[in-house]
Amino acid sequence: MQSGFPDIWDTRGFARALDSAFGALVAAWGDTLEAMFLPILRMLILMEKGLQALPWWVVLVALTALALHASRSWRTAALVAVLILAIGLLGVWNDAMATIALMVVATLLSIVIGIPAGILMSRSDRLRALALPVLDIMQTMPIFVYLIPFVMLFGPGKIPALLATIVFAVPPVIRLTDLGIRQVDEEIVEASRAFGASPRQQLWSVQVPLALPSIMAGVNQTTMMALSMVVIASMIGAGGLGYQVLQGIQRLEVSRGLMAGLGIVLLAVVFDRIAQAYGRRMQANLHREG
Amino acid sequence: MAATLETGTKIRVEGVSKVFGKTPERAFALVQAGMGKAELLETTGHVLGLHDIDLTIGSGETFVIMGLSGSGKSTLIRHFNRLIEPTAGRILVDGEDILRLSEPALRSFRRRKIAMVFQRFALLPHRTVLENVMFGLLIDGVPRARAEARAREQIALVGLDGFEARHPAQLSGGMQQRVGLARALATDAEILLMDEAFSALDPLIRHDMQMQLKQIQSRLHKTIVFITHDLDEALLLGDHIAILRDGELRQVGTGAEILAAPADDYVARFVRDVNRARTIRCGDLAEPGIAAGAEIGADAALEQAFGALARGPVTVRGADGAPRGVLTAGRVLAALAG
Ligand SMILES: Nc1ncnc2c1ncn2[C@@H]1O[C@H](COP(=O)(O)OP(=O)(O)OP(=O)(O)O)[C@@H](O)[C@H]1O
Ligand SMILES: [Mg+2]
Repeated sequence: MQSGFPDIWDTRGFARALDSAFGALVAAWGDTLEAMFLPILRMLILMEKGLQALPWWVVLVALTALALHASRSWRTAALVAVLILAIGLLGVWNDAMATIALMVVATLLSIVIGIPAGILMSRSDRLRALALPVLDIMQTMPIFVYLIPFVMLFGPGKIPALLATIVFAVPPVIRLTDLGIRQVDEEIVEASRAFGASPRQQLWSVQVPLALPSIMAGVNQTTMMALSMVVIASMIGAGGLGYQVLQGIQRLEVSRGLMAGLGIVLLAVVFDRIAQAYGRRMQANLHREG
Repeated sequence: MAATLETGTKIRVEGVSKVFGKTPERAFALVQAGMGKAELLETTGHVLGLHDIDLTIGSGETFVIMGLSGSGKSTLIRHFNRLIEPTAGRILVDGEDILRLSEPALRSFRRRKIAMVFQRFALLPHRTVLENVMFGLLIDGVPRARAEARAREQIALVGLDGFEARHPAQLSGGMQQRVGLARALATDAEILLMDEAFSALDPLIRHDMQMQLKQIQSRLHKTIVFITHDLDEALLLGDHIAILRDGELRQVGTGAEILAAPADDYVARFVRDVNRARTIRCGDLAEPGIAAGAEIGADAALEQAFGALARGPVTVRGADGAPRGVLTAGRVLAALAG
């Protein structure tokens, strides 16, 4: 090597050991893991096929109603309706439905994992000190790096795509659940203790409700990150809009890449509007003024 | 509240000390060896919050704790429901050592026997007034319908009928603190802890709340531990007043006793600016005897006797109508001079 950095330890040997250990892990546990995640795969496929089977206008009405419910604003609802029409006009409807399915399932699983993890983290300073650097790594590590082990474990397909998406998308909801609970007014928590609330009662009647705006902000970010993963996830077989972008790159078809890319942008705006509206409603609930 | 219903001791505090920091026991050993608060902080980084406090609070009385900021008032009152655990000492409520209570027993003690009102109200912002007042009852597992009926009574008691469905942010500070008071009354606890409960309110509303508390107390006869910075408030509400400085108890007595004989310079500085004409009662200064002229109630403030005193000595009568003695202008002037 030109720089002459001394070979203090045997990196190549270490790398070989790591690879073979992982290989052994795959051989021993690959099938079991695959069986374990089968129900989730079924759920994902069901969701994808379901969305694609629905008439387009049902999806449009449902998402518009959701936006209206969240925002109580006809303008936001109208915007969402127009964006969804545009997705149809771009000719990427089926791929968009596959992407929504992946994103929704990844987000739901992230929430199911992330909120309890955030709650645990808020209860112990030591756990928090351990978890924060791990979350940092999860968010900064180039995503391709953990595609590799997931693909090795499951082979290319929807499950590794889903898992990689979750690993990438779950940190914000964990962080903001922890932060939200820690930021709850100490005097209110003390009041609940003074009235004899058990730790569980404190959590559910005071801490979680008061942390909800922060938790929702986390859910919002998680949704956006899941969506931003779809292009990369499609490289290992997730399908959807990302796959079309990938095809566009591989075949040098600018139009195909552009249409699918625009579709992703439109979806991002739709889900951002809906999630933000929900976040604002929660905030307003906490600080209701006359 | 002058007529105290002291049927016995409600709370006893015996040799309670509290050290804040990483290794409080070790730091406390230094305190026992004679180290002062300032030195302890400098050499070990530990804060001596309370030092060797002994107190007796009678059943049915209003006991006021006073002291400058940082003197340990909040720390002391939080020992009574064990929001803070002492480093040393015992706390007896109705003769029972509350430090021995197990977790579940402590919870039911907090749910039924002792309630608290907070300086910054500490209401749940996402719940309505009604739900806030029901809070303690629901925590205790009282069925919803019963809790709601009881909460409505308390809301009426503090004069907030019609506001049940509002949220705290929609109410003024005074109204929010009424919700805090109703929440504390709802569990029917015998002991009410009030940590600067009226300090965040503006003067007029504060006076209303003081009067309301006196009126509620004359009906319910709770044991109230009340913290304040304000001597006028202490004299108005307190059957007994304790004065804390740097975590140590400086003086305990009735308002009149403390005004008449401050234990040290610190207490004297505290009482210097009080409006004596308004806080000393005629009965406090009555001397044996009887006068020919006007009469006045023992509970009346001195200033109410000024007009009559200008014409001569005044006879003081107790609430029962029996003469308590005479009040002379000379005695009054001497008391006003301090
Ligand atoms: N959790 C804690 N950790 C360290 N020190 C504390 C803690 N709580 C209180 N103290 C210290 O103990 C002392 C007494 O505080 P406390 O809050 O009881 O005072 P206070 O009389 O209620 O003051 P204020 O009138 O400002 O409310 C102060 O020096 C304070 O800094
Ligand atoms: Mg205080």
